[in-house]
Amino acid sequence: MSEHESTYVPKTGFEKWLDTRLPIIRFGADYMALPTPRNLNYWYTFGAILMLCLGTQIVTGIVLAMHYTPNTDMAFASVERIMRDVNGGWLIRYVHANGASMFFIATYIHMLRGLYYGSYKAPREMIWIIGCVIFFLLIATAFLGYVLPWGQMSYWGAEVITNLIGAIPFVGEPILIWLRGGPAIDNATLNRFFSLHYLLPFAILGCVVLHIWALHTSGQNNPVGILIPKEQTAKDTVPFHPYYTVKDGFAIILFLMMFAAFVFFMPNSLGHADNYIPANPLQTPPHIVPEWYLLPFYAILRAIPDKFGGVLAMFGAIAVLFVLPWLDTSKVRSMRYRPTMKVFFLIFVFVAFVLGWCGGQLPDAPVFGNMPSFVLFDGELNSFLWLTRLATAYYFAFFLIIMPVVGLRETPLPVPASISQPVLTGGGAMAAAVPASPEKKG
Amino acid sequence: MTESVVNSEDPHGPGGDDATRRDFIHIAAGAAAVGAGAMIAWPLINQMNPAADTLALASIEFDLSKVAEGQQVVITWQGKPVFVRYRTAKEVQEAAATPLGDLKDPQSDADRVKAGHQQYLVVVGSCTHLGCIPTFGAGDYGGWFCPCHGSHYDTSGRIRKGPAPTNLVVPTYEYVSDTRVKIG
Repeated sequence: MSEHESTYVPKTGFEKWLDTRLPIIRFGADYMALPTPRNLNYWYTFGAILMLCLGTQIVTGIVLAMHYTPNTDMAFASVERIMRDVNGGWLIRYVHANGASMFFIATYIHMLRGLYYGSYKAPREMIWIIGCVIFFLLIATAFLGYVLPWGQMSYWGAEVITNLIGAIPFVGEPILIWLRGGPAIDNATLNRFFSLHYLLPFAILGCVVLHIWALHTSGQNNPVGILIPKEQTAKDTVPFHPYYTVKDGFAIILFLMMFAAFVFFMPNSLGHADNYIPANPLQTPPHIVPEWYLLPFYAILRAIPDKFGGVLAMFGAIAVLFVLPWLDTSKVRSMRYRPTMKVFFLIFVFVAFVLGWCGGQLPDAPVFGNMPSFVLFDGELNSFLWLTRLATAYYFAFFLIIMPVVGLRETPLPVPASISQPVLTGGGAMAAAVPASPEKKG
Repeated sequence: MTESVVNSEDPHGPGGDDATRRDFIHIAAGAAAVGAGAMIAWPLINQMNPAADTLALASIEFDLSKVAEGQQVVITWQGKPVFVRYRTAKEVQEAAATPLGDLKDPQSDADRVKAGHQQYLVVVGSCTHLGCIPTFGAGDYGGWFCPCHGSHYDTSGRIRKGPAPTNLVVPTYEYVSDTRVKIG
């Protein structure tokens, strides 16, 4: 799809002059005319939504940095000043703070969409891997940003997360001191976290360019999951504009409605009240939890009884995503034609929610009220500790056992030869998911 | 190279002396570039290590007469909390009587206090798991309990139960007089 002929014809004299010197208008025009699979559904609009999220965070962040003071004595007060005194500061900060959550909602949906439709498989491995890099940078940026208001959760979150690095044998302690710039989290730490929080979004932006470049080189995946045969290009694709600019635009409007509902009606519902208490290095809040979007990984960390083992498992949960293209042994991309795998996938989504739930609970608390249970190894069976362990086991088994084994053992449904085929031949249930006239509906 | 004469006696094989000298220049230039890169990178990395003024705050003195028997005082040292605990005779006896075999990180109580000052225990008040501050007097062993992930410490600050891998750290300190300690 990348090798489609350029159809741009410079019209004015200026355009002709520019086109032979810097063909930037041609670049934009070709981008808009890109042949795109005609059957993309609304799950495919999250890429555009994520671009909007990144833009929102960068713009609001640059503005907030004009009022924020990265100093342990003044950081908390400067954030309160933004909220109370800076013109419209409350709005900008609430957009930025809730924008982080919106960014993660969209990221998780975008990733699960890729997982379901097999968008990580050949020839799209690089799109997926760069996406994983972006995900990792996003987590790092969100963590760094959460430290900046210098509230209790900021401070103790930073304490706990940086301590994870201290768990590395031998080199952990020197790296920890280097990272913090002192024996404890202090002004030096806050300053560098601010600097890095400003930097990383631009690193993300660079990765997004690579992500899209790789996407346009290997071509977009689609819900049917097939590579579009060359002779079918005319039948199976539509130009990106206006078909998908309009579709993405509609999805963005719906997404912004949800975003606005959070910003204007429940701006603190996704945060923690403890973060409105200034950081106190001599008092730990009774219950430290990360933001919701990191809860599944926090749960995995706590599931392992060994400190370094827990850290390895948590990072392993992200690292395993990088090798996903080589763990899946199935040639069929879309799970629409993999009924067995679809069941395991739905369980995986459920398990991810369970892990998120577990991450916010005390490990020793019982899951089912007063149901009697017994002690298994080091904890009550009826506790979040064991529920977390079961969910963690499934999380890793899904990638390391189910993916390779099911791909070899399952019998996939017949895959259509082209996108237009299931529509034109009335392929029953399969076709019902594809709009009958994509050129009108989609 | 349009033409090259291959001489079987030439120890450098086809391509002759030229190729070897060129290889050497490539390797030498590459090594110099890597060395220069490392020399440029080092100050940029090292600037993140603790600054001189941070290191200057390395030691503090504390007057032990401020702690009453059975209580602890929390002081700040290098930005970290330090527990100074005046242990009761019963707590000292319990800590000393614990068999080393019961411990996850075996260390005798005598090694964690200064001889002649067994009643005073000085430890860094950061849980060795992920750095939360353990609660005084709580937990199954009468020492401390960490609320974050449930580590139990005994009256000698040793880990007894929970995810923490090691005992609470005893900082470097010395008695400058009978009632004053210098930490750090």
